[in-house]
Amino acid sequence: MAEASEKKKLQIAIYWGAACGGCDVAVLDTDAFILDVAELADIRLWPLAVDGKYADVEAMEDRELDLVLFNGAVRNSENQHVAELLRKKSKVMVAMGSCAHLGGIPGLANEFSKDEIFNRAYLDNPSIEEGNVVLPVAEKMVAAGTLTLPHFHRAVRTLSDVVEVDYFMPGCPPAPEQVKAVLLAVVTGELPPVGSVVGASDRALCDECDRRKDEKKVTRFFRPWQIIQDPEKCLLEQGILCAGSVTRAGCGVRCPDSGMPCRGCYGPPPNVKDQGAKFISAISSIVESRDAEEIERVLGEIPDVMGYAYRFGLPASTLQRSTRSQ
Amino acid sequence: MEFEPTIVGFLCNWCSYTGADLAGTARIKHQPNLRVIRVMCSGRVDPTFIMQAFASGADGVMICGCHPGDCHYLEGNDKAYRRFQLLKPLMAAYGIEEQRLRLEWVSASEGERFARLVDTMTAELKELGPLDLPPDLSLVPGPCPDTPAVREVTHG
Repeated sequence: MAEASEKKKLQIAIYWGAACGGCDVAVLDTDAFILDVAELADIRLWPLAVDGKYADVEAMEDRELDLVLFNGAVRNSENQHVAELLRKKSKVMVAMGSCAHLGGIPGLANEFSKDEIFNRAYLDNPSIEEGNVVLPVAEKMVAAGTLTLPHFHRAVRTLSDVVEVDYFMPGCPPAPEQVKAVLLAVVTGELPPVGSVVGASDRALCDECDRRKDEKKVTRFFRPWQIIQDPEKCLLEQGILCAGSVTRAGCGVRCPDSGMPCRGCYGPPPNVKDQGAKFISAISSIVESRDAEEIERVLGEIPDVMGYAYRFGLPASTLQRSTRSQ
Repeated sequence: MEFEPTIVGFLCNWCSYTGADLAGTARIKHQPNLRVIRVMCSGRVDPTFIMQAFASGADGVMICGCHPGDCHYLEGNDKAYRRFQLLKPLMAAYGIEEQRLRLEWVSASEGERFARLVDTMTAELKELGPLDLPPDLSLVPGPCPDTPAVREVTHG
């Protein structure tokens, strides 16, 4: 009897690839709703919170899982293996969060070569104690047998670069109420067409931002800590680099409402292919100068243009990665 | 066979395209490597176009507009110039050499200047070689072709 009722329960898995764990916490941030989830669904794999082994997933029938929430980018062979495995075992696969959707913060590594990343992490890092260098190897023989580590790929890929993805849920992390809405949509079976972006709006963030917007004319850019801001006025008009105009709404304007500029984690709005290109366009159009030297000075002060333009989406940009990452 | 670079040129309708036309009617010889796309203004050139050009196989991109102060739309070329200031560090971060992206002012009477710009850029790109972009990430089969990060382990 218990088995019969259990079979009706939704079978779900939540997995992380190259991620920080924030998306998993966003699931937990649905507060008491998570208890309803446990009531409605069997969580078959969730490394952060529930026990479950890859072997258990491998033993499942194909398409046995009703829903997989995959967060994190595909950085190494383990991420790829589990992404392919979960795709095979699931009916609906959701790329959850910026990393799975666009590459996310780990995607910025696509600016560098594999060697540069390796050296930075294990050799040149200022926190490494001199004479105490420990380098990882892919295979190591020990008394108990051979230990292996996943292979580190040359580039970070989005989930949809690796497997077919049914829905994309943007955000770093997705707002808890959006996570809840998506879970409920799966429970009730009210799903939009495959390939849709779910848990987000179809407008740009500026549309939902309550700050006062007048004319945008900037003669100097500031980082948030360099200026005492007017809490009512558009951040961009104050010279704070805000990506709201090139970012999909749906987060609830959390950052600009707390005095921080939008960093673009919800990705490009519909019909925008390249978020960073549009960011550059937007930023350069508000500089109030026609003098070549002044333009060079004002825009030259922006540190790390790549980091601002593609903070959450380098692997999903038109060019995807630098020529160094070959 | 010598490498022939493909250069995509975005030429503004009012000055640079007319300048290129003048180079033609005046029978000024120049290299045939520039593929011209006529736009109404250099300010119309969205950075997306430039990235798409590179992603589609261009070895270089040249944007030509009216001289500062001469813009048919008053300040479209200033906008192009500002975008270019942010595109430069971005292209560097992508590992695309600075010679591959140029912004030049060509007036309607500067057919000769246009021809020389095409020649110079073609020569520079011939020296630089083709833009060797890595393959599309979604087309890479299986794991990104790779070897594991094998290094000697040292314990201090």
